[in-house]
Amino acid sequence: MATEILMPALSPTMEEGTLAKWLVKEGDAVNSGDILAEIETDKATMEFEAVDEGVLGRILVPEGTQSVMVNTPIAVLVEEGEAVPDNAPTSAAAPAAQSAAAVEVAPSGHAEQDAPLPALRLTQDWPQDTPVTQQTVREALRDAMAEEMRADEEVFLMGEEVAEYQGAYKISQGLLDEFGARRVIDTPITEHGFAGVAVGAAFGGLKPIVEFMTFNFAMQAMDQIVNSAAKTLYMSGGQMGAPMVFRGPNGAAARVAAQHSQDYAAWYAHIPGLKVAMPYSASDAKGLLKSAIRDPNPVIFLENEILYGRSFDVPQMDDFTIPFGKARIWREGSDVTLVSFGIGMTYALEAADKLADDGISAEVIDLRTLRPIDYDTLLASVQKTNRCVTIEEGFPVASIGNHLSAYLMQNAFDWLDAPVINLTGKDVPMPYAANLEKLALVTTQEVVAAVQKVTYK
Amino acid sequence: MAARKAAKASNVSATELTQYYRDMLLIRRFEEKAGQLYGMGLIGGFCHLYIGQEAVVVGLEAAADEGDKRITSYRDHGHMLACGMDPNGVMAELTGRIGGYSKGKGGSMHMFSAEKHFYGGHGIVGAQVPIGAGLAFADKYKANGRVTFTYFGDGAANQGQVYETFNMAALWDLPVVFVIENNQYAMGTAMKRSTSTPDIYTRGEAFGIPGEAVDGMDVMAVKAAGEKAVAHCRAGKGPYILEVKTYRYRGHSMSDPAKYRTREEVQKMREERDPIDHVRDLLLTGKHASEDDLKAIDKEIKAIVNASADFARESPEPPLDELYTDIYAEAN
Repeated sequence: MATEILMPALSPTMEEGTLAKWLVKEGDAVNSGDILAEIETDKATMEFEAVDEGVLGRILVPEGTQSVMVNTPIAVLVEEGEAVPDNAPTSAAAPAAQSAAAVEVAPSGHAEQDAPLPALRLTQDWPQDTPVTQQTVREALRDAMAEEMRADEEVFLMGEEVAEYQGAYKISQGLLDEFGARRVIDTPITEHGFAGVAVGAAFGGLKPIVEFMTFNFAMQAMDQIVNSAAKTLYMSGGQMGAPMVFRGPNGAAARVAAQHSQDYAAWYAHIPGLKVAMPYSASDAKGLLKSAIRDPNPVIFLENEILYGRSFDVPQMDDFTIPFGKARIWREGSDVTLVSFGIGMTYALEAADKLADDGISAEVIDLRTLRPIDYDTLLASVQKTNRCVTIEEGFPVASIGNHLSAYLMQNAFDWLDAPVINLTGKDVPMPYAANLEKLALVTTQEVVAAVQKVTYK
Repeated sequence: MAARKAAKASNVSATELTQYYRDMLLIRRFEEKAGQLYGMGLIGGFCHLYIGQEAVVVGLEAAADEGDKRITSYRDHGHMLACGMDPNGVMAELTGRIGGYSKGKGGSMHMFSAEKHFYGGHGIVGAQVPIGAGLAFADKYKANGRVTFTYFGDGAANQGQVYETFNMAALWDLPVVFVIENNQYAMGTAMKRSTSTPDIYTRGEAFGIPGEAVDGMDVMAVKAAGEKAVAHCRAGKGPYILEVKTYRYRGHSMSDPAKYRTREEVQKMREERDPIDHVRDLLLTGKHASEDDLKAIDKEIKAIVNASADFARESPEPPLDELYTDIYAEAN
């Protein structure tokens, strides 16, 4: 009986991949455990093993095919002597025909990667005639580090798997080759220790970039980040501080459950002495990371695994930076202000599109940095729209949204026509089950509903 | 406590010996004065005195070169004086005045001097250990031949981050001397009640870091061990551990009545092992100095300490706008 071999999901966030190479050909006998193909995910090239025995009847997706959605049939396995059935898919039709369906069954529940992105409306981060290229957030982050390392010998990168493995999430891909082992340093799995070593290196005159494989693990390093890096400038009366960046993916990825799914934005934004950036787009990832590396203070740089593979326009400029404390207005509107940052922007922008269909005009603001916060842009917007909904993935108690609400209550009380609504992740540890995980995260539908509430629609 | 044999074997000159006497006495008198000012309410919060441990920092500073770095815990006054920081600035920080090293914003436990390569002054037990290795990392990166002295106590020796640091320091051959100041009590907990192995210096063995025990009441023994450790680091052989066995005469901090040990135990130490008396005896019996010479030094030290106390009292409190300065550095 013929069996379809499906494109496997080889990482928690993988939605599609490149079928890099077939290691078997049609007609080959296959035993379970044999390596069938090499598949390139967003993070790594993985070997794909056969589960069943048989003969490879037909290859449906030729090698070199990019963007093969998870669960797309890539080959047909038949029993020895059996012919490939007539109703089996053929190679030409397979990837394209299956890709739309595959999106619907993708397990993460997050917006699909190739959704059209809203055009830049109001904030212009680069001169209008600058040529742009489409780049993923991942590539933008790597380019930012590479450019700053080229420009400044004192900048170096350390963290788990940043060098020889080329980055657990491939952010540091190629950096070891270019800068060598002196400046791209694999550490043992010892967050508390290497965060402290990096703080010391910063005291000693270097500009470390510390990659946490994810910010979940940075809780072990919290004392060094808060007590040593953030406070020393003050405690030394300005004599010495820690010019450094702590960066890595933050927040929920997909199906990795409670200990690996937490948004720390509010935690770090609480601490005087730290700066905190949380980019959404690739251009912001690049421009803010370059600013962070040059900043003479400790910067917490919160990335997002789901955003790593998304593409955005990035200007082709020699030295493109985004200053801290300057929000980006993605979309101008008059009825309500949606404020978010990081992956929360996905929901804010999707909701704004849907609301527009219902005749509600939402202004969408990406704070980009949470310390400092661009209160002026927020205030000006709310004074125009008189309504505000904040969107983030973190827990609800003492959230960034709570802080913004308090700020608006004190500074824009007379302009508000409705209470500010804070949308956050739910007040629960992240569950593993797909349906519960979806429920625990903030959704576009919740944004739409909140806007309907504050606009009394 | 190790035998007192190194003193005789040492080739320290009379001039050097006199200098150590002077440096140790400065720390002792300074700390006594700090204790006094604390009693008068001029110094607040936590204040951890170094009395009894003076030979440790004076011996190791004698082994250091210009440009070498040092970092320690909250029991830091002795380290600052030994590396040449101004007693006025240290005392004024203790009283929380603008003339202090941190403009009064750090206090006893958090002082720094970029000029003297003193990197604190850290209030969290053990946190200075990875930072010290990081300073050494920066020196190795710059290939400048410098060594970092990273001090911590027998209490901190049970912190996990110490061993994370040992691993990386050994892995990367960092030029760092780990100085374990074993004063035998982690606050009120005697070492045998907190520490599974009696010889802390052996704890580097698992990482391939050589270590040795040193008589911390003998300044020349400390200096000799320090020179050996520094030579090891400068030769590019990686870290070195010195467990310096010492004793603090006072409580853990000013508010500690020290009921966990007997008065006799402390008295015996003071009478038989005092590091300053030891050098004083050597100077007198070796005819390197007369009673009058030493009296002149005592008088000079007393004047320096009194001047620092006067300065610390007279220096104004920080202006109120200092509340909001030094939180962020401006980009150049």
